[in-house]
Amino acid sequence: MNPVLRTVLQRLGLGIATLFVVSIIISLTIEMLPGDFAKAILGQSATPETVAAFQREVGLDRSPVVRYVEWVGGIVRGDFGESYASAGSLAGHRRLVSEMIAPRLLNTLFLAGAAAMIAVPLSLFLGIMAALYRNSYFDRAVNVVSLTSISSPEFFLAYILIMFLAVKFPIFVSLASITPGMSLGDRLYAIMLPTLTLVLVIVAHMMRMTRAAIINLLASPYIEMSRLKGVKPLQIILRHALPNAWAPIANVIALNLAYLVVGVVVVEVVFTYPGIGQLMVDAVSKRDLPVVQGCALVFAATYILLNLLADVVTIVSNPRLLHPR
Amino acid sequence: MSEQLEKLKLAEKLVGRGKVSRRQFVQLAMAAGLTAATGELMFTKAARAEPKKGGSAKFGLAHGATTDSLDPAGYPDTGTQIPFAGAMSNNLTIVDADGNIHPDLAESFEPGKDAATWIFKIRNGVTFHNGKSVTPEDVIGSFQHHMGPDSKSAAKSLLADVTEIKADGKDKVVFTLGGANADFPYVASEYHIPIMPVVDGKADWQSGVRTGAYVYGEYEPGVRAHLTRNPNYYGTAWFDDVEFLTIADVTARTAALTAGQVHWISRADLKTLNLLKRDPNVNIDEVQGLGHYTFPMHVDAAPFDNADVRTALKYAVNRQDIVDKVFLGHATPGNDNPIAPLVKFAIDPEPKHTYDPEKAKFHLKKAGMENLKVDLSVADAAFNGAVDAAVLYQQHAKACGIDINVVREPNDGYWDNVWLKKAWCASYWGGRPTCDWMFTTTYAKGAAWNETNFAHPRFNELLVQGRAETDEKKRAAIYAEMQQLQHDEGGGLVLVFNNYVDASSKKLAHGKIAGNWEGDGFKIAERWWFA
Repeated sequence: MNPVLRTVLQRLGLGIATLFVVSIIISLTIEMLPGDFAKAILGQSATPETVAAFQREVGLDRSPVVRYVEWVGGIVRGDFGESYASAGSLAGHRRLVSEMIAPRLLNTLFLAGAAAMIAVPLSLFLGIMAALYRNSYFDRAVNVVSLTSISSPEFFLAYILIMFLAVKFPIFVSLASITPGMSLGDRLYAIMLPTLTLVLVIVAHMMRMTRAAIINLLASPYIEMSRLKGVKPLQIILRHALPNAWAPIANVIALNLAYLVVGVVVVEVVFTYPGIGQLMVDAVSKRDLPVVQGCALVFAATYILLNLLADVVTIVSNPRLLHPR
Repeated sequence: MSEQLEKLKLAEKLVGRGKVSRRQFVQLAMAAGLTAATGELMFTKAARAEPKKGGSAKFGLAHGATTDSLDPAGYPDTGTQIPFAGAMSNNLTIVDADGNIHPDLAESFEPGKDAATWIFKIRNGVTFHNGKSVTPEDVIGSFQHHMGPDSKSAAKSLLADVTEIKADGKDKVVFTLGGANADFPYVASEYHIPIMPVVDGKADWQSGVRTGAYVYGEYEPGVRAHLTRNPNYYGTAWFDDVEFLTIADVTARTAALTAGQVHWISRADLKTLNLLKRDPNVNIDEVQGLGHYTFPMHVDAAPFDNADVRTALKYAVNRQDIVDKVFLGHATPGNDNPIAPLVKFAIDPEPKHTYDPEKAKFHLKKAGMENLKVDLSVADAAFNGAVDAAVLYQQHAKACGIDINVVREPNDGYWDNVWLKKAWCASYWGGRPTCDWMFTTTYAKGAAWNETNFAHPRFNELLVQGRAETDEKKRAAIYAEMQQLQHDEGGGLVLVFNNYVDASSKKLAHGKIAGNWEGDGFKIAERWWFA
């Protein structure tokens, strides 16, 4: 069997097993959450009577095991369940978890995509250049700037960008509010500041890994050989070093892309961007457990898929793995 | 007043209605002996004062969650209260900026033989957004939405006393109550009880069809709501359309206002308020609310069962110091009367409870104690700053020979496990617009939320009397006595009344801001306009 196909299948199988374990962990953790949906929604005005009415309606009066089995059973059929927020609704006004997550996930993917489109080429370019001119002022400057930006908390970077690019010099907008009827150009303009923030946060990691992987290879004998035969330094890196450096770079990129999907809740809050991170935080604070479970599962799946992708790149970029004897 | 000045005054009124041009006005002003520049200034001011239609207003709200819905049984915070209860809907009655009750969707209301029945007459010719006329059935269905055993409404306990609602003719609704309640019209103004159309015998909240100033447009729970002006509204609405954005992060809210992306934000950041004040395009609006923060003591648990101990504790706290340090000046010190000054029949009981270690010691001695050691359970879940306030109180009380042990409780489950259970804790009360309502919910004997276990016979006797009394003077006397009782003998140590601190763009204009709820009594979209 083709090794790529075999790995993909193997990893997918493992991924599903992992998701299953994750689902158990999620459910257990949620059982341990103190508080209750009805009380979170009603606050001080929750009387024992109304709380009981809520619990009957959403089925919280049944045992955790029954609820878990029903939930997993639903997911296998593609049904993520129903938000507690639809308790009390008449038929036709139910709020499905999948319907709540889908638009938010798309928003998050849009922002992550925009950030990745800028950050990945930029960090590859900077990494290669830094390797090429290593220990030069350029190399040091790139390192210092990117390390500074990765070391600052995201909200701090975000506030600085808002202050200079939205308040003092109103070039961009600080509220990244996206409405259904917006054109692509308007959307990109609205999310410019969060995109820039995310770029600043993730560039350093990928840039330094690219630089390190290439410099590591530059010491190997075959690079020495090409240098002796008179190949230009840039050509050495692009044609000889980079193909062998893809595996670690792909892994770091996958890690950062996963972060862009699951870890940007702070940026979403600061720019009021309706992404999936905000949805999950909202759901946790209101104890809307089906939504929390759904989000957690989506996050886990994102990590597993992106790691799978990185593994495939590793195999494809390495002939010894691609054509095993 | 000279003839010229009188003319000028008249012209000022006409300017607002667009009847007098700038040039005419300035000429008049100069004839009256003013300079041209002053005339210009007066013109601009007069032109601003009179509302006019137009513009798209954007409001940045501090609340809103994805679990929110259009169902008025919920409406947990301003994320739903301001757009849906305030801008989109009407109640039978409404409370104005001075705390008085007026008919709203009702044209008039009157008590029956005694105050145990109430007759509301629906305003003539009012229609819902879909064109359907408002009928008594709609009113009945809207109230019943919150009643019955399966109701999960936050207004359920409020309407527990309603025994029957029935239609009388084409435009009258009669409410029968279990006992007399002269304040029932105030209950009808509660934001959970807007009037909705009835479809198939049930109140239809899902469609968002109501009667209010703005018509339901787009809504993404916890993100934004967009409404457009109701052209058939019986009241006034100035903006063409309004958008409400949930901006939970206070820095993001501030930035959105200063960058001009929204015109109004709720809950401005108190820590940086002075910086925001410097912005030439921003107004800070501060109004005293009905909400208050308390340290309730169980009057039936030692040592709080001794009235002198309670009085000593009331004198042992420096409320002004807490206002200055914890609330950065944006609160009003309480006087152990849970009725806010804005509420009708409110009094300011004497002697004022201000920080006085000597009096505290005196009362402690009267109770037969030299010093006192008590636990105070607090968490910031009760109100933001509760822990800080308690620690300051601890320091104030030291000088009075009282040792307060501040017990920090977890935020999660605070209302379940600490409040009503511990003999002394921190608590918060949102506004209740009448004396009766506040006392019935929190200080009446046997009330579910009687956080002080207060069961004073005279107090409860007065409570029932006041509810049935329709003579204003007698009611004033009854409520004055009750407030005095609360102040002297109650266990509710009222620390401070909260202020609503909002910020708005100078482009917006408004009348007197109501303090009964946030955002001009939730009615900001209806009451404000672009200058």
